[in-house]
Amino acid sequence: MIVGLLFISSEILLMPTFDLASTSLRDLNRALHQIPDGANDLNFNVINPRGSHSVAVGVDKPIVVEIHGSVGYYCAGMNNGGIVTVHGSAGPGVAENMMSGSVFVEGDASQYAGATGRGGLLVVKGNAASRCGISMKGIDIVVHGDIGHMSAFMGQSGNLVALGGAGDALGDSIYEARLFVRGKVKSLGSDCVEKEMRREHIKILSKLLERGGVKGVKAEEFTRYGSARKLYNFHIDNAEAY
Amino acid sequence: MTYSNAYTPPRKSATFDDYALAEIRRAAATGIYDIRGAGAKRKLPHFDDLLFLGASISRYPLEGYREKCETSVVVGSRFAKKPIHLKIPVTIAGMSFGALSGNAKEALGRGATIAGTTTTTGDGGMTDEERDHSQTLVYQYLPSRYGMNPRDLRRADAIEVVVGQGAKPGGGGMLLGQKITDRVAEMRTLPKGIDQRSACRHPDWTGPDDLEIKIQELREITDWEKPIYVKIGGSRPYYDTALAVKAGADVVVVDGMQGGTAATQDVFIEHVGIPTLACIRPAVQALQELGVHREVQLIVSGGIRSGADVAKALALGVDAVAIGTAALVALGDNDPRWEEEYQKLNTTAGAYDDWHEGKDPAGITTQDPELSKRIDPIAAGRRLANFLKVMTLEAQTIARACGKNHLHNLEPEDLCALTIEAAAMARVPIAGTNWFPGKNDSQGALR
Ligand SMILES: Cc1cc2nc3c(=O)[nH]c(=O)nc-3n(C[C@H](O)[C@H](O)[C@H](O)COP(=O)(O)O)c2cc1C
Repeated sequence: MIVGLLFISSEILLMPTFDLASTSLRDLNRALHQIPDGANDLNFNVINPRGSHSVAVGVDKPIVVEIHGSVGYYCAGMNNGGIVTVHGSAGPGVAENMMSGSVFVEGDASQYAGATGRGGLLVVKGNAASRCGISMKGIDIVVHGDIGHMSAFMGQSGNLVALGGAGDALGDSIYEARLFVRGKVKSLGSDCVEKEMRREHIKILSKLLERGGVKGVKAEEFTRYGSARKLYNFHIDNAEAY
Repeated sequence: MTYSNAYTPPRKSATFDDYALAEIRRAAATGIYDIRGAGAKRKLPHFDDLLFLGASISRYPLEGYREKCETSVVVGSRFAKKPIHLKIPVTIAGMSFGALSGNAKEALGRGATIAGTTTTTGDGGMTDEERDHSQTLVYQYLPSRYGMNPRDLRRADAIEVVVGQGAKPGGGGMLLGQKITDRVAEMRTLPKGIDQRSACRHPDWTGPDDLEIKIQELREITDWEKPIYVKIGGSRPYYDTALAVKAGADVVVVDGMQGGTAATQDVFIEHVGIPTLACIRPAVQALQELGVHREVQLIVSGGIRSGADVAKALALGVDAVAIGTAALVALGDNDPRWEEEYQKLNTTAGAYDDWHEGKDPAGITTQDPELSKRIDPIAAGRRLANFLKVMTLEAQTIARACGKNHLHNLEPEDLCALTIEAAAMARVPIAGTNWFPGKNDSQGALR
């Protein structure tokens, strides 16, 4: 199953390496699920992912997975405690429903990045497409570039940070998620409004920027958006907004 | 003397009947559509419109108490390492904690476990009570993803990807503020007391090609152990079944428009979707054409009340059925013993459907701790087990009369129809004839 060693920089890292050109996805995920408590080998390399779906899904241990190349759908889905890095771009639903841990995407992320995530940190160094953070439930997402339309749709809790701009209908039908956008927001969705940046928000955001590897950017440069809470209980006069 | 026949009695409109008029007045007074629980209440072609032919000279019956009639069924063996073994072909449909009280959920688990069948979670996630009291538990994967987590996925016995429900194909969910207690709110990561809208589409996939990838992800997360069901609301059962099979489902669940709901707009319940009876043959045809009938199991729900309904569904090619409303009634829902309290809620036993308001006198569709106490999970679980037993005995009685030693051996040839509509939908002849609409349709009427 473990097919070799990988040379990174000039260091020889004695990390177990899975070559998805010759190893099945099943073997990779099974190995990641079968790590015994207290194991020493907690670092894994994946090479030649070539857009495979469901790479490193259901990780349940504090392991480190370095994926060298781009992945398809649902990479690191339901991650619970793992640290997964994609040295490439990620297809739809990266880190969907993450519980804890962190997922880093060095390139861009497609639709639904961090969808329904409950915890942990997702960092996208490039841009994220539409519906980033859709239905988020506690995850923190930091996107260094732009986020697409309908991002944070029905976002329940957690924080979504975009250093660039946001597409149409940001935060549509949002509940209690916090949105911080530095660039231009094309339009706000139903019940999403601009909110005051108070000290507590500066503090939360500064910490997120630090954790997201952002340098030279101040929390004060961002605008905060959140719920107007007008759709929380049905009222007929709001019918057009539903 | 007046001539008494010179009088035209008041005549009410068949179009603007009392119910339609009352609805107009209610809408005008409140400014909101009617939201309610339960399924379609209008009269629809249903299993009552079918009859069994019974054995005669051309085929012989089995002896009631001596000759065995098997009832067990294995579901989920297509791809899953650990398929589900059901003792009876009747399962308990997904109903959420939130919509139902904790005691009601526990009772469903207890009853199903005694009977040797499965229960199903619902929108809102899995509770420890239902996991602990259900020997085999199906975990729903819904658009809202409330309470979704990998631990519960792994401690479930099967996973049901919910695309739709018969009561509202194409609709999302709703749990109104009144029912959101601290515990329900916490499970759903939302503030207390606000309306909880569940999305109508999944947040991270659209269309059959994505569904295939999503199913693969769920299988990878759970190491290919759990059967994966796909539940659809009855609207285009032929195509939806075929697409679910193509996407890799182990089991397809089709819920017809009589299927219950915890809270949906009345207009949705009564006017969107097709009757359960109309769903079955197209779904079976899709499975047969793909060569997977009996390999991918078909579970059908929506208005199933008795062993006769079970036997008829199975005769049309279904592998097992699921019940929601009937199970709640077995627990004590709409029981005439609470009539006085139903009256106070401006309704009557048998008609109570304001399940979204959380005031259920029977303690089932509520989160009120006092009302919930009215249901004793052990006694109610026993009643459900009894009911499931009776349904099974009834179905066996019919199967033996048709000469079948397994419920699955029932076949369309054992049936006839009472109405043209039922004949067309079930594709069985009208009683006393050998004709049904579409019989000679070479195109295959179902597509
Ligand atoms: C109170 C209640 C709650 C329900 N909650 C869900 C749910 O959370 N998810 C789901 O897929 N279906 C739900 N349903 C629909 C059932 O799973 C099932 O499809 C339907 O009840 C079957 O029809 P029947 O009630 O006529 O037996 C619910 C139904 C009821 C009555």
